[in-house]
Amino acid sequence: MDLIALANCLVSPSCLVTQTTSGLIIGLLLFLVAAGLTLIFGVLNVVNFAHGSFYMMGAYFAYTVYVFTGSYALAIVGAALGVAVFSIVFERFFMSRVYGGNVLMQLLVCYAFILILDDVVKIVWGPEFKSMGMPDYFRRPPVFIAGGVIPVFYLFLMGMTALIGAGLWLIIGYTRFGKVVRAAAVNPQMVSALGINTGLVFASVFALGGLLAGLAGALAVPVRSLVSGMGFSILIESFIVTVIGGMGSIVGAFVGAILVGMVRSYGSIGFPLFVEGLMFLLMAIILVIKPSGLFGKEA
Amino acid sequence: MFSKHKALDRRSVIKGAATSAAALLATPHIAGAQAKVIKIGMPTILSGRVAQLGTSSRNAVMMEVEKINAQGGLAGRTIEVVVRDSKGQPQEAARVSRELINTDGCEILIDAEASSGSFAVQEVVKDLGVLCIHTCSETSSLTADPKIRVPNAFRVCRQGIHDSIAGGEYAAKISLAKGLKTWATCSPDYAYGRDSTQLFVEYLKLFNPAVEVTTETWPKLFQPDYTEVITKLLQAKPQALYSCLWGGDLTSWIDQASIYAMFGQMEVFAINMADYTALTVVKNLPKGIHSGNRYIKTFPKTERNAKYGDAYRAKYNEYPTNWSWENAAAMQFLAAASKKANSADGKQIAEALRGLKIESEFGQDGTMTMRAEDQTVIGYAIGWGTTIAQEPYVPEITAGNWAKILELETAWKKKSGYL
Repeated sequence: MDLIALANCLVSPSCLVTQTTSGLIIGLLLFLVAAGLTLIFGVLNVVNFAHGSFYMMGAYFAYTVYVFTGSYALAIVGAALGVAVFSIVFERFFMSRVYGGNVLMQLLVCYAFILILDDVVKIVWGPEFKSMGMPDYFRRPPVFIAGGVIPVFYLFLMGMTALIGAGLWLIIGYTRFGKVVRAAAVNPQMVSALGINTGLVFASVFALGGLLAGLAGALAVPVRSLVSGMGFSILIESFIVTVIGGMGSIVGAFVGAILVGMVRSYGSIGFPLFVEGLMFLLMAIILVIKPSGLFGKEA
Repeated sequence: MFSKHKALDRRSVIKGAATSAAALLATPHIAGAQAKVIKIGMPTILSGRVAQLGTSSRNAVMMEVEKINAQGGLAGRTIEVVVRDSKGQPQEAARVSRELINTDGCEILIDAEASSGSFAVQEVVKDLGVLCIHTCSETSSLTADPKIRVPNAFRVCRQGIHDSIAGGEYAAKISLAKGLKTWATCSPDYAYGRDSTQLFVEYLKLFNPAVEVTTETWPKLFQPDYTEVITKLLQAKPQALYSCLWGGDLTSWIDQASIYAMFGQMEVFAINMADYTALTVVKNLPKGIHSGNRYIKTFPKTERNAKYGDAYRAKYNEYPTNWSWENAAAMQFLAAASKKANSADGKQIAEALRGLKIESEFGQDGTMTMRAEDQTVIGYAIGWGTTIAQEPYVPEITAGNWAKILELETAWKKKSGYL
C-alpha cells in the first residue's frame, strides 16, 4: 500500500491526466464487451459465457482483414460484421434450443463453444501468439496535456467507444427496434402476441452483442497480442462490470466499466499489490449495499 | 514306435515347465534389451498459452532424432519419440510421464515441461528410476537443491541463477557508464517473475551498489491490458527498468508501452526479448532494448549456430525458440553419452553423462559440459545485447563471464544451504 504516492498523484495535474485517461481506456474497452453481455442477459435471460470468445474472434478477424487489406478501418468493420454473423448462427442453431431450459445446459453449450473456438483459432491461425502492430497513421508521438501523456491511438479509441456507446443508447432508447427489444426483455410472450417475430428479435440481440464484442476485439488488437484463449480474462472482468452495474443494464455496464477502469488505474498507484483484489472488493461492497447492482432492477 | 522315444518322466515335465515359465517371465526383459527401437517419452505443453514453446521443443527433438537415427541411433537402437501433452498442468505432467514409462514402454524421458511440471516429473522419475533430462525448467533449485536432486535426472537448459548473475553484471556496467541509479521493475506476478527479478536486482546491486529500485510493478500472468502499469512507470520516472515478462505478455506490453513513447524515456532491460518468438512478432520493435539471449542465431557468432537456425527455419518455417535449443542440446548430450557408454541403457548413459563435455553450436565457446556435481549443464551461450527493428534483431551480444557466473553461483548455493 502506497497512500503517499496516491495522494501525490491526486494533487499532480500530470498524474491526474495520465491516470484518468488510463482508467477511461481500460473502462471503455471493457464497456464494449460488457454491454453485449448485459444486453443478451437483459433480453434473453441468458448468461453468455462464450462472450469472451466473441471478443477473441473479433480480434482475429480484424487481424486477418488487416493483414490482407492493410486497412484498419476495414479490419474494424470486418471484425464487427463477422462476429455479428457468427453470433446469429450461434444463437439460431445452438442457444435458441436451450432457452428457458436448465441453466446448466446453457452453461454447457457456452463452455463447449469456448473450447471449440479456442481450438478453431489454433487450427486456423496457429498456436503461437500474434501481434498486429500499430497502424501507420497512429504511429506518432503521444499528446501531452498538463504534463500528462495520452497516446494518439487511445484518443481515437476513446472517441470510437464514446460514439459506439452513444449509438447504442440511441438505438435501444429511441428506435422501434430498441422499443421491441426492451419490450421483449419485459414480456416476450406479449411481444410475440403482437405479431412480432421474437426469434428474430433474439437473434438480433445476439448479433448486436456479438457486434459489440467484435468491435472491442478489433479496437484492442493493435495493442494486445492475439492468442487462443485470450477471451477468458476479459470475460471475468466483464462479469465484474455487469455485476457492479446490474445485470441487464447498459447504463450500469458503462458506469461499472468506468469504475473498474479507475480502480485499476489509481489502484496501481496506491495499492500496487492489490489491484485485482480492489476490483472484487468494489464488487462486494456494491453487492452488499445494492444486491442487484448499481442500475439493476430489484428482483 | 513309442519305445524308440524316451518317456517323459515327472521330473522332466517339472523341469521343462519351470524353464518355460522362466523364459516367459524373462521374455519382456530380453525382448526389451534386444529391441531395435528405443522409445523416448516426451511430456510437454502442446495446448494453451505456451503451446508454441512445446511445439518448438518437439520440433527440435525430432530434428536431432533424425540426425541421430541416421548415424545408427543410440548404440544401434533406433529412437522413437512418444510425445504427450501435459497442458501445462503439473498433475497432468506427472500422469503422462508415468503413462509414458509404464504403458508406452519408454526407457528415457525428455522432460520439456515448464518449472511447475518439471518438479512433478522429477518425483515420477525418482520413483521409477528412469533416466530423465529436464530441458525447460530454469528454476535453479531443481538441480541445485540436494533434497530435490536425483541421480537419474539431469538438466540441459538455462538456469535462473546464471541468467541473473550475467544480467546483473551487464546491467551494472551499463548503469555505471550511463549513471542509471533509479530503477523500476515490471515482471509477472508468479514464482518465476518474483524469483528472477529478486535475483537480478541482487546481482545488479552487487556490481553497482549505487542502484536503487524505486518502483515495482507486478502485472498478473497473461494480463491483457498493461495501461495502468505503464502509466505508473511513467509517473515514477525511473532511469532504467527491468522486466522478465515473456511471450505474448511481453509483446503486448511493448505494443502498449510504445504508444506512450516509454522506451525513449528510460533504459529498458527485458531479459526475454531476444527470442524469435517475441522478436518476429512485435511489429514495431523499439531500438535499444537490452536483452539477454534466449535463442538467437547470431550468438554464438559461429557458422554452425547460424546453420542450425537456418536449417530449423527451413524445416519448420519459423526460427527456433529458447526451448528449441535446450531440447536439441539434450538430444546431443544423450547421443554423446550413449556413444561414450556404448549402450542405450539408462543407467550407463547416466554414468556417462556426469562430467561429459560435448561440442555444440549452443555452447559459448563451442562446447558445453554436464557438471557432475549437480547434473546440470554449464557453458551454454549466455549474454546480453541491444535490439534493432529488423534482422538480425540483436546484432552484437556481449558474452557473459562464465568464470564469474560459476564463482557467484557457488556463493549463492552456500547462502541457500545447498552446499
